[in-house]
Amino acid sequence: MLRDDTLSLRSSEDIVLIRQAVRSAAVDLRLSLVDQTKIVTAASELARNTLDYGGGGTVRIEALQDSGRRGLRLTFEDKGPGIPDLERALKDGYTTGNGLGLGLGGARRLSSEFAIESRPGEGTKVTIARWTT
Amino acid sequence: MDRIPILKMGDYLLVTVQVDMHDRLAMTLQEDLAERIVKARARAVLIDISALEVVDSFIGRMLGSIAAIARVLDAETVVVGMRPAVAITLVELGLALPGVRTALNVEKGMEILRRSLGHSEGNGNGAAAESVAPPSEADAER
Repeated sequence: MLRDDTLSLRSSEDIVLIRQAVRSAAVDLRLSLVDQTKIVTAASELARNTLDYGGGGTVRIEALQDSGRRGLRLTFEDKGPGIPDLERALKDGYTTGNGLGLGLGGARRLSSEFAIESRPGEGTKVTIARWTT
Repeated sequence: MDRIPILKMGDYLLVTVQVDMHDRLAMTLQEDLAERIVKARARAVLIDISALEVVDSFIGRMLGSIAAIARVLDAETVVVGMRPAVAITLVELGLALPGVRTALNVEKGMEILRRSLGHSEGNGNGAAAESVAPPSEADAER
């Protein structure tokens, strides 16, 4: 039975719980230590974005199996204000908050797959995956 | 309330981060350290992160802020014990921790601090430690 959990994200303590849940899923899938660290770090960045900019939301953690490859997919969803200019939001150093502006671009670099959908006024959905190599 | 303990040893403050920090805990550590540097008249801060499995941009930024705050308060900071997987991930994330001095372990970190305090005082323990260290090792750690 492959893991498929959805956790809610309401406070900065939840970011710690999400890091732990993602780590445990990555260990179960026997991702390498570097791959584990990358996906946990990407999860931490995206969870903080969901909290700070989306006003909280949910994270879905799915274990994947595809013709011998194993992977982990994370989906962050919020019903916040959305991101009007996605291209700009993905640039390093761009932020509308008080962070470093590395969250989205950094999470994309740390993942094997990255997708983002956002509608102003409706919310944002970011999906990343990391596969065994 | 949760707090990360800060130990004082002579002119040094020692912090070992042993838990996965939530954001507020990291902010509290930053404030506590600033207070303690002044109260204890500390000249140096050593932060051991060898237990941390993840350093994201928030924690990375906090380490940079602590180093900057300490510098303004006339204290040196060294961050020691970063795991290799954390270093790889941090650089790929885009955060190379500019302005933060690092060392492989507590011993090497203390050596750096001792030497740099020795330089600013021009004598005492630091200078003695420097004359003991072989030149090649001293170069590698600069």
